[in-house]
Amino acid sequence: MTATLIALAIVAFIALILGAGLGYASIRFKVQSDPLVAQIDSILPQTQCGQCGYPGCRPYAEAIANGDEINKCPPGGESTIKNLAELMGVEVKPLDGAHGVEAIKKVAFIREDECIGCTKCIQACPVDAIVGAAKQMHTVIIDECTGCDLCVDPCPVDCIDMIPLHESTSNWKWDFSQTQVGDIPVRQSL
Amino acid sequence: MKGFASFDTVLERLSVGRLWDFPGGVHPAQEKSLSNKEVIKNLPLPEYVYVPIKQHIGIDSELLVTLGDKVLKGQALTASENPYAVPVHASSSGLITAIGEHPAAHPSGLPEMTVTITLDGKDDAIATQGISQYKEASKHDIISAICNAGISGLGGAGFPTHIKSNTIKPVEFLIINGIECEPYISADDRLMREHAWQIRQGIDILHHLIKPKRVIIAIEDNKPEALETMSIACQQQSEYHVVSVPTKYPAGGERQLIQVLTSREVPSDGLPIDIGCVMYNVGTCFAVADAIIEGKALTQRVVTVTGKAIDKPQNVWAKIGTPVSHLLENSAFDVNKQAYPRIIMGGPMMGFTLASAKIPIVKITNCILAPAAKELPSVEDERGCIRCSACADACPVSLLPQQLFWYSKAKDYDVAQEYDLFDCIECGACAYVCPSEIPLVHYYRQAKGDIRAQLHEKEQAEKARIRFEARQQRLESEKQAREEKHRLAAQARTKALNSNGGGAKDKIAAALARAKAKKSAQLQPSEDSVNDGASVNANKEKLSPSETASATKAEAKND
Repeated sequence: MTATLIALAIVAFIALILGAGLGYASIRFKVQSDPLVAQIDSILPQTQCGQCGYPGCRPYAEAIANGDEINKCPPGGESTIKNLAELMGVEVKPLDGAHGVEAIKKVAFIREDECIGCTKCIQACPVDAIVGAAKQMHTVIIDECTGCDLCVDPCPVDCIDMIPLHESTSNWKWDFSQTQVGDIPVRQSL
Repeated sequence: MKGFASFDTVLERLSVGRLWDFPGGVHPAQEKSLSNKEVIKNLPLPEYVYVPIKQHIGIDSELLVTLGDKVLKGQALTASENPYAVPVHASSSGLITAIGEHPAAHPSGLPEMTVTITLDGKDDAIATQGISQYKEASKHDIISAICNAGISGLGGAGFPTHIKSNTIKPVEFLIINGIECEPYISADDRLMREHAWQIRQGIDILHHLIKPKRVIIAIEDNKPEALETMSIACQQQSEYHVVSVPTKYPAGGERQLIQVLTSREVPSDGLPIDIGCVMYNVGTCFAVADAIIEGKALTQRVVTVTGKAIDKPQNVWAKIGTPVSHLLENSAFDVNKQAYPRIIMGGPMMGFTLASAKIPIVKITNCILAPAAKELPSVEDERGCIRCSACADACPVSLLPQQLFWYSKAKDYDVAQEYDLFDCIECGACAYVCPSEIPLVHYYRQAKGDIRAQLHEKEQAEKARIRFEARQQRLESEKQAREEKHRLAAQARTKALNSNGGGAKDKIAAALARAKAKKSAQLQPSEDSVNDGASVNANKEKLSPSETASATKAEAKND
């Protein structure tokens, strides 16, 4: 009888120690945010356009972590879906057409002569890429613009265009499927 | 790697002419004798020069001139405070007739910001002041003179020379690159033969700046005349070694040449300075001498115009900004000898096909090549890889080109990077030896471009995420601040209400009473005039007599 009691006491004691240890560890090594959400967020293109139906990329990342579909991000397109599928261990799906289609990257451009300085686009921009003040002309910082389209609708005078990014020698890349070296006609311009 | 050779070991082997070697390499047909026989010619002035405002690796500068300005040869067109910016200069005198986009000397042929000068034919130069006693001048003055002369590496990469020269790390070997390993090109060869003395002066200036333990002037053994003239020019300097390097492509690559001369390997993510070496092209040395001794800016360079579709292959002094068409016209270019029109800027191994003959000569242009039909292999004949590994034997960086090709073609870029794709120097030796005639370098270039674009996108996304989160945080804190303000205001109001000892409450009550009295006063006449019972009832419902009485009482009390 005493042996049983001693055994019980020892087991209880061990359980207490381990419980305390685990309890301490859960506080000491607490992970601040869900790492899965952060991982998903780092795959998303950070356009913050809201085409997925959530107000920004992080909320969509949280939704995916909670089981939402992975094919709602048109700016990310196929490659993002592929990466998400890999991370989440699910099947690759085609982009959900209800949320938009994958298009070439564009940036907002304000026709400055027509801008009345209402600041509505500044309030709409999710990444603070528009500068300007009330009754002063506004302009878009191209390098910061994600091409999310959110500033276009609020503009009361329709002076914002979405234009494709200008191709220059600094962002150009070789594409030999398009241009075979050697078929560029020098003669025409001679 | 055979271990890091010490300074003394290197010196010992240099003195007996025993060099090391780099792995791989190829021996393509030289074809240098086409153009290296005659002296460097001066061409008649072109009608226009197109000077791109950025011709180096680094930062853009700001324009100093406007449309319609008259400029002299050597006058700076741009300036910048940024140390990584190098100015460009008018290469002859004339009028600025356009500032805008013009096809760039770049594989894409896309337009870049360019100043167009309509030459007046006088070629008047701006007054210059050199630093003839440069040994007495401060280092800072010499460095800024090199920068102001617009010198960026003339060998091909276009790295700003003043940055390379302003090193504070100790340098053991100052290496002067006169290898010129690519077939057809003979610009450096002719320059060394004809201007060895001035190149020596340039080396002296760089020696004074960098203070290396030794200077090695490396020249390939297929240029005996250049070896001789440089040896004569340098014979008084005991610290200068003119070294004959066995001909092998790409011995002129920076990392390959360092390996040949010192057996040291530049780390994949490092610079030659990390292993005590600094390298300049002979053309750069020539330009440095011009800049310091005479104060002249870099406005012209030697360009080889060659190829079997050129009837008069030669080396010419080309003004920076001269359109390629002007060089071709003056070298008897015969387009009928070509299978299809094709002009290559640079050599046959690493050059690129030009999109337009209006593209200007820039600081890094060393060759214009117009191949005749069947002179260079066409690229359409690609066949399947047979895994012969001839490319791996030829690779000067000891990569596995067949694996890189495999993964680049499959767009499996992560694996391609594991195979050190970015250590590829795009020399083309692998494509040269490939029995299946696969244009391997094209695949690497495309893969590198795609990876860089992906990295850029990733960076942009990260930036957008940070900005989005900062904005969310700001909006949140603004909202909290606003709510806090409202709360405090409400608190202040209740406090004020209570602190007046109920006076305020009385005032409200009084105001209410006044309003009611007014209403009842309005009510009276309507009751008098209208005898309609329903209306009276309705009014009674709104305001009972007892209420009217109390309201009147309250008013009386207040008075």
